[in-house]
This record gives sequence, C-alpha cells and structure tokens, in this order.
Amino acid sequence: MEQLFNRKYTIQGLFIVLALILLGNLFYIQVGTDKYFTSANNNALRRFYVYPARGVIMDRNNKVLAQNQPTYDLLVTPNEVKDFDTLSLCNVIGISMEDFRKKFHKAVVQSRYQASIFQKLLSVETYASLQEKIYNYPGFYVQQRTIRYYPDSIAAQFLGYLREVNPKDIERYGGYYRSGDYIGKSGIEREYEPVLRGTKGVKNILYNAKNIPQGSYANGKLDSMAVSGDQLISTIDSRIQKLGEQLLANKVGSVVAIEPSTGEVLAFVSSPGYDPNKLVGGNFSPNYLELYANPYRPFIIRPLQGKYSPGSAFKPLDALIALSQGVVDINTTFNCPGYYWAGDRKFKCEHVDGNISLKRGIARSCNTYFYSIFAKLMTKNGSSSASQQATYEKWQNMVRKFGIGDTLGIDLPAEKAYKLFRREDYTKMHGKYWGNTTILSVAIGQGEITTTPLQMANIMAIIANRGYYIKPHVVKGIGSDRHIDPKYKEKHYVDIDARYFDPVIDGMQDAVNSSWGTATESRLQNIIMCGKTGTVQNNRGKNHSVFIGFAPRDNPKIAIAVIVENGGYGGAYAAPIASYITEKYLTDTLTGRRINGSTIDMYKATNLLPELKAAKPATKIINKTDSLHQADSLKKAAPKQAILHNSPFNKTAIKPKNNAATK
Amino acid sequence: MQQQSNRFFFNVDWVTILIYMALCIIGCVSIYASVYDPARPMDFSFATIYGKQLYFVIAGLVVGFSILLFDAKFFSVFAPIIYGVTMILLLVVLGVGRNVGGNQAWIPIGSFRLQPSEFAKFGTALLLARYISTFNVKLNSLRPIMICAAIIVLPMALIMLQPDAGSTLVFLSFMFPLYREGLPGYLLIIFWGMVLLFILNLFLSPALLIGGILALGGLFIYYNRKRQQKIISIAVITLISVGYLFVAKFLFNNVLQPHQRARIELILGLKTDNKGVGYNVIQSKIAIGAGQFKGRGYLEGTQTKFGYVPAKSTDFIFSTIGEEWGFIGCFVVIGLYVFLLLRIINIAERQRSAFSRVYGYCVACIIFFHVFINIGMAIGIMPVIGIPLPFISYGGSSLWSFTILLFIFLKLDSNRMGFI
Repeated sequence: MEQLFNRKYTIQGLFIVLALILLGNLFYIQVGTDKYFTSANNNALRRFYVYPARGVIMDRNNKVLAQNQPTYDLLVTPNEVKDFDTLSLCNVIGISMEDFRKKFHKAVVQSRYQASIFQKLLSVETYASLQEKIYNYPGFYVQQRTIRYYPDSIAAQFLGYLREVNPKDIERYGGYYRSGDYIGKSGIEREYEPVLRGTKGVKNILYNAKNIPQGSYANGKLDSMAVSGDQLISTIDSRIQKLGEQLLANKVGSVVAIEPSTGEVLAFVSSPGYDPNKLVGGNFSPNYLELYANPYRPFIIRPLQGKYSPGSAFKPLDALIALSQGVVDINTTFNCPGYYWAGDRKFKCEHVDGNISLKRGIARSCNTYFYSIFAKLMTKNGSSSASQQATYEKWQNMVRKFGIGDTLGIDLPAEKAYKLFRREDYTKMHGKYWGNTTILSVAIGQGEITTTPLQMANIMAIIANRGYYIKPHVVKGIGSDRHIDPKYKEKHYVDIDARYFDPVIDGMQDAVNSSWGTATESRLQNIIMCGKTGTVQNNRGKNHSVFIGFAPRDNPKIAIAVIVENGGYGGAYAAPIASYITEKYLTDTLTGRRINGSTIDMYKATNLLPELKAAKPATKIINKTDSLHQADSLKKAAPKQAILHNSPFNKTAIKPKNNAATK
Repeated sequence: MQQQSNRFFFNVDWVTILIYMALCIIGCVSIYASVYDPARPMDFSFATIYGKQLYFVIAGLVVGFSILLFDAKFFSVFAPIIYGVTMILLLVVLGVGRNVGGNQAWIPIGSFRLQPSEFAKFGTALLLARYISTFNVKLNSLRPIMICAAIIVLPMALIMLQPDAGSTLVFLSFMFPLYREGLPGYLLIIFWGMVLLFILNLFLSPALLIGGILALGGLFIYYNRKRQQKIISIAVITLISVGYLFVAKFLFNNVLQPHQRARIELILGLKTDNKGVGYNVIQSKIAIGAGQFKGRGYLEGTQTKFGYVPAKSTDFIFSTIGEEWGFIGCFVVIGLYVFLLLRIINIAERQRSAFSRVYGYCVACIIFFHVFINIGMAIGIMPVIGIPLPFISYGGSSLWSFTILLFIFLKLDSNRMGFI
C-alpha cells in the first residue's frame, strides 16, 4: 500500500510534465516566432492603395505639356465568378476565347480570393459598353486609374515616359513601389519622379474567412490619404519647342535655347523625336520596341548626349581667352595667305584674308587668325615643350570654366560630360614632347574637344551674359509655392572681365549682320542677332551644320545652339533654323522671310536623314562625331577621333550641296 | 434546520469550487469574444450562444449544489444503476440520435440535445470506483483487471459505433486510476509502447523499424545472456512486436476511417494539407501565434472573430484565448487546470474510502485528458479528435457532465469522515 501511495507522484508528475510540454509549445508559437503573427495579418489584413493624381507638367506660359487621362482596368476575383456568357465578354473587350482562358487561368494561379488584373487599360469606349453589361459578369469589375496624356505631342525626350517598375526600382526606392506601379523612366518624368508621383494613400481593411470586408483595421489609425503630385512649371516655351521640332523634322539634330539671364532652357529639341503619347497605355510595348529598333535612334537625347566637336563655334571662346591673357588686343593683326604653317605642316584656310584682326577674324571665321593667336598664347611663357604644356594646362582650365569637359548639372537624367584633354592626356597620347603645333586643331574647336549641344548653348549664354552663367535647368517652379533648387539661381563666373566680351560680340554681330559674315542666313530684321556658324567635319558623310548665337545683342533674351547633322555648311541649315526660332521667341511672329530663296516650309520639308547602309557590324567606327553611331559608345568618354582630326580643314570651303540654300 | 443545512455544505472544498467557477467564467467571456462582431455589437440575450452558455453555467451550479444535497452513500450504492442507465442512453442514441457533424451522438430533448457519451464518463467512473473498492479486489491478477477492462471497454465500444473517436479515446484515461490502485506498471508500458510503435510504424519504413526492434532485442539478450529465462521472454516480446507492426499497419489502413487516417497523418507531419483537414489546425495555430506574449486584447482578435478558425467556441475555444490573451492568458488557464488537478489528486489521497479515492483519480484523469488533447490539437501537437475543453468550451452536455463529475467528488470528499 505504501508503494501504491507513491504512484500519486507519478501521476501528478505526468500532469505537470505534459502541461509544461503544452506551455513550451505555446511559448514557441506565441513568443518564439513571428511566423504565425505574420500569417495572421496576411490572413485577415489587406492593404489597398489609393493612387494619387500625378503632377501636371506645364510650359513656361502655363500651357499643359503633360496631364492625366482616365483609363480602366478590368479586374477579376476568380472565386466570385459564376457561369456567364463568356463569349459576350470576349466580344466587348475584344479578345478571343483562347485569350480568355489563358488570362483566367493566370488570375486563378495568382489568387482565387483576391482580385487581379484581367485586362489592362481599356479604352473609354470599351469601358462605356462594358459598364452597361458588367452586372452580367459576376466576379468582374472595373477599376479606374490614370495614365499620361501629352496634349501637344511635343518634347518627347524632354518629358520622358512612364513604365511599370521593375524589381530593381522597387528595391531602390525602399518599398514605395509595388509590382504594377508606374515610374518615370526618362526625362523630366524620371528626374522629378518623387515630386510628380505624390504619395500613395493606404487603406487597411480586415477581411473575414469568406473574403468579405469587415471594416478598417484599428479604426483607420494606420490608414493614410493619397497626396497628389506637385505640378511642375517647366522652362520650355512650347511655341518654339514645336517650331524647332517642325524645322528639324526628317533631320538628325538638336536645338537648345537658353534664357541667358536665368539659365532656363527654352527649347530642347532632339530629332528625330516621336509622339510621347505613343509610350502611354496599352500600346507601350509594341511602340517602345518599334522606337527602339528605329535606326535613327529617337531615344538618344541629343541635346544632352549628342557628341560634337564645336568646330568654329569654339572660336569666340578662343578669342576671349586670348584677349584676357593679353596675347592680342582688338587691333592685333595676322596675315592670312590662305594657309598657316605650323612647323613643316601646312594648314589650309578657306579664304585669303590678308591682314586680319579679331573682329573680322570671328566674322570671317578665319582659321589662320585663330591658329596664330593660339600659337602665340601657347608660347607666351616660352616655347619649350614644358612651358607650352604648362600654359596649355592653364588654358584648358579656363576653357573648363565655360562648362566644357564636365556635365553642367541640368535637372534631367543622362547628361553626358565628354572630355576636354588635360596636359597628361596629351602626354599619354603624344609622348613627352608636344606643343602648340601638335594640338593645333583644338584652336578651331576640333580634335580633342567634344561638347553636347547643351554645352554649346551654354557658351552662348555666357557670352550673352558677358561672363557668367546659371546652370541650365528645365523646371522653374515646383508645386504651389513654385520653388526651385537654389543651385539654379547661383551665378557661375568664368573669370574673364566683361570688357573683353564686347570685341568678341562685335565679331559675332558682324558674322550675322555684315556682308562679309559667315552667318548671314540668320540675319533678322529689327533684331541684332549675334552668332557664329560651324561646320563640323563628319568622316561618315556630309558635314554637320552648326550655329550658335544669341539675340538681341543688348540685354539678350535667348541663347541658342542648333546642330543639323549632315546639313553641310553651317549657314545652310543651322543658321536659318536658329533665326526662325529666335524670331518666333522674341516677336511671337514669323515674317514670311525667304533666306537665300527658301521659305520656312521648305526647311521644314527638307529631308536630311542619312542613307542607312546595310548593317556592317564588323566595321570599326573610328569617328563617332555622328550621333547615329555613338549610341554604343555613349558610356565611353574618351574621344577616339584625334588621329584623323589632326589635319584641320576649313568649314567654309565645303560648299553646301543638295540643299535649298544655294546662293 | 440550521444543522441540516450545515451538514450539506460542511467540509466542501471551496477552493476547488472557486477554480471551477473561474474556469466557467473564462469560458463565458471567451465564447462572447469568439462570436463578437465589431460591426454589429449585440446586447446581451439568452438567444446568443454566450447567453446560452451563461444559462448553462447557472443551471450547472444548480445541478452541482443539488448533488451536494444527496447522501454520499447514494453514489456508491447506485453506481451500477447509473452506469446501466448511461449505457442504455448510449444504445438509445444509436437508434434515435440526431446526426450532427457525422456523429450520431445527440438525443434531442425539447430544444436541447443531450450527449450521452458525456454522461457515460461519470457512470463509468462510479462503477469502476465501486468495483475496485470492493473488498478483496486487487489489481494484480487477471480476473479483476479483465473486469475493469470490461467496464471501460463497453462504453468505448458503444461510443465508437456512433462513431465518435474522440470521446472513445477519453476512456483511456481510466488507465491511470487503475495504475494508482495497483495495476502493474509494465502493462501501461506495454500499452504505450504499442501506441508508440503504431505511430513509428507510420513514420518509418518497415525494414528500418523491424531492424531496429530486432537490434534492440538482440542488445537486451546480450546483456542478459547469463539468464536463460529472460532470453526467452525477450525473444518472444521481440517477435510479438514485429508481428504487431503488421497488424497495426493493417488496422490503420482498413479499420480507421479516411478522415481519421488523414488527421493522424497530418499531425505526424506525413502530409501537409492547408485547405482540408489541416486548415483547422493551421488557422488555430496562426490565431494563437498572433496573440504573441500579451495578446491582441479582449475582443481584438481577428482570426477567431472573422471565421478563420472553425469551431471557435467549442473545440477550438482555446485559439480565442490564445489570440486575445496571448501567452500570459494561456499560462493562466493551463495553470488553473494544473492547480485544479493536483488539488483533486491531493483530496483523493486524503480519502479514507477507496471508492472516493478511485473516483477522484478518475475525475482528475478525465479532465486532464480533455485539457491535454484539446489544447494539444489547438496548437497542432495532437490529432484533431474533437473533444471539448472542460468548463470552457461552449455546450451544455459537456459543462453539466463535468460539473456532475466534479461535484459528486466534492460531495464524497465532504463526507470523508463518514463511512460509505
């Protein structure tokens, strides 16, 4: 009996041990792991997002460039679907039964109990006819959202486009985006994405096991309202933007116009362009692929990425540095016999100007004059290699102040810097001994100088401002208080005294307004336009036509750079196009001027697209100053054309062929 | 009269009654929470299930205190008759019973439904106590053990016919009072060894298991190689075990119902099934896990409230407690049970009469079996066999049968000084 009494402890011990097993398990489930807590929230708690309206983008005159339009998605919750007339639904939304089965299967795989998108981006018409019949299709319903609409169909590369986020974007923005959300992928839509998108609203709704909503979670304490995106007022003037795009139609090239006093970009034309509405809504993918495959590469943002030697357009800058360094004054003359001897090499000039001074040198674009001042500048501290190289280093630093050799920091993505050679770059290239004769072509903006159209326009803004610039930017007001980044108000001085600018501007005025000038095609009535043509050698085809300038001379309102690839002589296309845009901007009218017999419509109609040869992938493209061939090399900053460019040329000698501007 | 009423409540263990009432109140409160709909808060009404449960609790108290009015001798004298009546009810339910959820377990009486299997528990406990307390019965010979087994197996067989596996298994808990009264320990070891082998048989491949048993047998023989008699018995046991494996496999595949097989397989992790049988368990685990340490707060549980956990006010009431009161709440509830059970055992041991002691052990073991299996299935370590959590789960039959079970014991205890 004594023994049996002890069995009490066995049984009580068993109770305690088993109770501890229960408690141990409970401790693991409740405290030891979050797994079940998370599952519980996944079970019952669903987050719904309320999408805010994306910010509207306007031009500088408050004309809408990008707005929103409603579109409709058809959603389906598979377990709510009952038997219905499938064929009639297929007919309404225009898909085949086969597609229907596929899409429905996809929705079932995704979730039986949660709604998923069945058909995206229904048109307003489809929506209207669907709305009448939707009650026939249990389990289907329509959700509204907005997509972009660009009323003027202009400035595609400037505005950019939206696209569904990819996993990388989702990661980069720390979970703000969910699969299926849209994000700005290029242009202003990308740069100002955080401002434009606004903030999504969240609703936390509790669901019961039968998938019926049971009201908001925690009385809506964790819910938030959607906050609309801010509106952006861009600096673009849609009038001249549109005109620029028309003038560059069927041509490869760029127009960049800047308001010198503010750095605001007035026109940003990249040609060939495309209709931005093509990259919106249901046809995004086919259109994107088509544009991507277009051999003229409409996705290159040429104002920021086009890589051009400035050519003669560089000469005003050259002259400014020479003046400020005291190498020449306005009366210093050099003799131009039609060529220039550099050591034993003969560099041709296109015309015989005799004794020529600064003002006329610019107006005539005399190569000999600029070779001479460059040589004089380089040797001013001695003509030994070492001292010339030291002088070069100082010179290139001055050039750099004009925004060459680095990005300008515009508020758009994908801006390219391109390279301005430093002393050590040349030493690497030519060895220890080199001097002005070795690198003479930089004197006329060829060789180891490459710039973007934006940089060229900015140089004109600097000259128009007599010595400073404000970083070019494309947005002049964000949101209701119209603020902008203060860095776009700062003046950047080039450290050249204002008095040196007048002689150079005189020369540029003469280039346009004198009988001997090279840019007479851009002459305007009642407005003093200052400018400079350039003709950039293109080894692959016809030379590129370049014009840079500003107007009016006093208190300039617009600085402009125009590049027309394969346009030949600078006065042939770039100069007249620049003049039309300037005229439109300053007077808001276009007089029916004829330039060398051509009307504006003839310029618009001319087709200068280069003929495309059958693809020859094996051919090495040595000279990539032609934007059609640079796409693959955009990432490499180092120019490779130096060897070929060592032999200089004179732009004016190449007569315009096959264009409307024959004299 | 004064003396008379004193006699009824004299020596009653009020601590046990207090714990009992605490558990009943936790039950009502949890049932209210389990059906509470935040969108439509209801006024109290006896038509709702928590209203009914409150009614059951009050009626239960009346029943319980009525039992205290009985003479203590009544229960030992009438034990065979009570047992007989409950057996008849078990037979009746097979004939006129209403089929609820696949089991023919309910006899409709007016608006209530009576579940005879609940009452069979204390009927069996009484007769078992009566038999064991009979002079000269010692549980170390075959005959008394067989008689005890018969008393237990009869209701099991009748309940199995309903079929209600959960309630059937409850009767296994009578094994422990028998053990206390002298049932040889090795019988228990053999029984649970068979259960263990049965489970392992489902887990492991037959070759591995047979190999393991033979190796173990060989090892025992090696250690007892000097004692011939032991060698023989070990060899016999080994061979019986191997034979048992095949029988067990056959029973599992041919006797158990598919849903029972599925539940056992699920609990052993042989199958995963998140939508079918496993749904209940997974949702219950999620609900309890969601409670974390402090719980979501009373009436704040989402899993139990929004219908993710089925049978949330009956068999899975513990998920409501786990979700809303967290680990702290679970600890308190399990703690109350353990305290109650240890107290019952201690009270049983202070009885002079063997009848009272055996009955006390029966009460403790039945309650414990329910608690362990019920909470075990709510957290996924026991098969879902659908037995209620004593005093807490919704249901009149279950609450009353536990009340009667407990109060008979309290009555016996209050009379511990007298002779039965």
